[in-house]
Amino acid sequence: MSPATARQVMPLSPPNSRATDAEPASRQKVLIRNVDFFYGTFKALKNVTMPLHDKRVTAFIGPSGCGKSTLIRVLNRIYELYPGHRAAGEVIIDGENILSPGVDLNLLRARIGMVFQKPTPFPMSIYDNIAFGIRLYEKLSHHELDERVESALRRAALWDEVKDKLRQSGLGLSGGQQQRLCIARAVAVQPEILLLDEPASALDPLSTQRIEELIAELKADYCIAIVTHNMQQAARSSDYTAFMYLGELIEFDETERIFTHPKQKHTEDYITGRFG
Amino acid sequence: MVLYARRRIANGLIMTLSVVATAFGLLWLVLVLWTLLWNGVAAITPALFSQMTPPPGSAGGLLNAIFGSVVMTLIATLIGTPTGILAGTFLAEYSRGSRFGEVVRFINDILLSAPSIIVGLFVYEIMVVNMGHFSAWAGAVALAIIVIPVVVRTTEDMLNLVPDTLREAASALGAPKWKVIVMVSYRAAIQGMVTGVMLAVARIAGETAPLLFTALNNQFWSTDLNAPMANLPVVIFQFAMSPYADWQVLAWGGALLITITVLFLNIGARALASWGTFKQ
Repeated sequence: MSPATARQVMPLSPPNSRATDAEPASRQKVLIRNVDFFYGTFKALKNVTMPLHDKRVTAFIGPSGCGKSTLIRVLNRIYELYPGHRAAGEVIIDGENILSPGVDLNLLRARIGMVFQKPTPFPMSIYDNIAFGIRLYEKLSHHELDERVESALRRAALWDEVKDKLRQSGLGLSGGQQQRLCIARAVAVQPEILLLDEPASALDPLSTQRIEELIAELKADYCIAIVTHNMQQAARSSDYTAFMYLGELIEFDETERIFTHPKQKHTEDYITGRFG
Repeated sequence: MVLYARRRIANGLIMTLSVVATAFGLLWLVLVLWTLLWNGVAAITPALFSQMTPPPGSAGGLLNAIFGSVVMTLIATLIGTPTGILAGTFLAEYSRGSRFGEVVRFINDILLSAPSIIVGLFVYEIMVVNMGHFSAWAGAVALAIIVIPVVVRTTEDMLNLVPDTLREAASALGAPKWKVIVMVSYRAAIQGMVTGVMLAVARIAGETAPLLFTALNNQFWSTDLNAPMANLPVVIFQFAMSPYADWQVLAWGGALLITITVLFLNIGARALASWGTFKQ
């Protein structure tokens, strides 16, 4: 039984302690320090400080509007597409504060893949969906590009389903396939960090399971942050969990500890379903 | 029970009134099309497409007018489409929430509903007067001024329908803004944008007022864009008002021709739009 399926069977007892023993020690990839966020005048994040570890999955849980999506949107500064959205504080990735004004946003985003709640295939062929990101940075021969597209689709466990229809529109795939296409698209540009904003909340249970298996595999190579409404999902697939409420980080710890011995009463109330 | 009966009567009354109003509206449309067909079909002959507009009292065709209409519509579309698409792109993609964008949008809406005769007078004043003569160029520019606001509006509306998550997804891959617009937004909105251009072409195909002051008319075959050029709407205007039976028949034929063209452009635009939604 693969680790991923074991997690399916024992949803609330994360095997992370065992897994962590077997895995190489992780280093801190990202440090979020004293981050505030404003939608115009509304303060959506209040002084958040926490790390993200390399080759680990960090889950963000909390009720709607708690700021968990906002926080991961700070990491690739995607919020800057909208006037009036503003972040303060520091986000240090490999020693560099990416919130400082001189940072090249496109190069930053090339290092950070993002997958959204609703699948967002581009209105082009499956092949071009993957090649879009690669072509932004690299000039590859047809042959090399073909290989990169194939390996990205394999990584996202989608290759076997689409290898015969690479030239067809990405919009023709099922919801779960579209989401895996988006993951493939994100990993195709070989990022260091993957941000997953409720990647499975619009999917059926089977597709959700596939996405979770995928996360477990991708963890070996990336620093992964996942926002989820689904507590079992956080417990199953993450190594660290951050519980947020009303823009504040209430508790951050190893997932196992958050789910078995939360320090804060608030966290306990939320994960046991007493509110939320 | 009384209340219920009253509601039923009210319902019946409103329904009857709506049906009568619809029938009344449709009646005139059918009458117009019928009259057009009745009088115009006889004029649709090979000569219509092969001979020039005749002098009064003799037979001829509309070849020079058809050519002029096609040429000026084409030039107007070539000027108006890129301008309109770029301006619409500015409004939808670059000017979000900005005061300037609001102002441009407002002015564009005014231009959209401006009477076309005003556009004709404007071009007369800036081009015809300065050049000293009527010309096909002036006609094409007047028509382009009518095309632009239509294309701006449809382009903006169609781009606004593209979900922001799609732009976010492309930006999150590190794509610069222009690439997001060209490769993702345009692709997602292309059907609607083409539909807008087709509707704009349909709109100018029958415009008479802007051409009266600009391209005027020309009884002979002319491909010189610096000279007055024949065109269907003005020829129809002139021939229909004339006392000569031959001219009147040609006017009917030209009117039918324009109507059929506009009809097909509209059907094409509709088909394209619904094909787009099906594909989604």
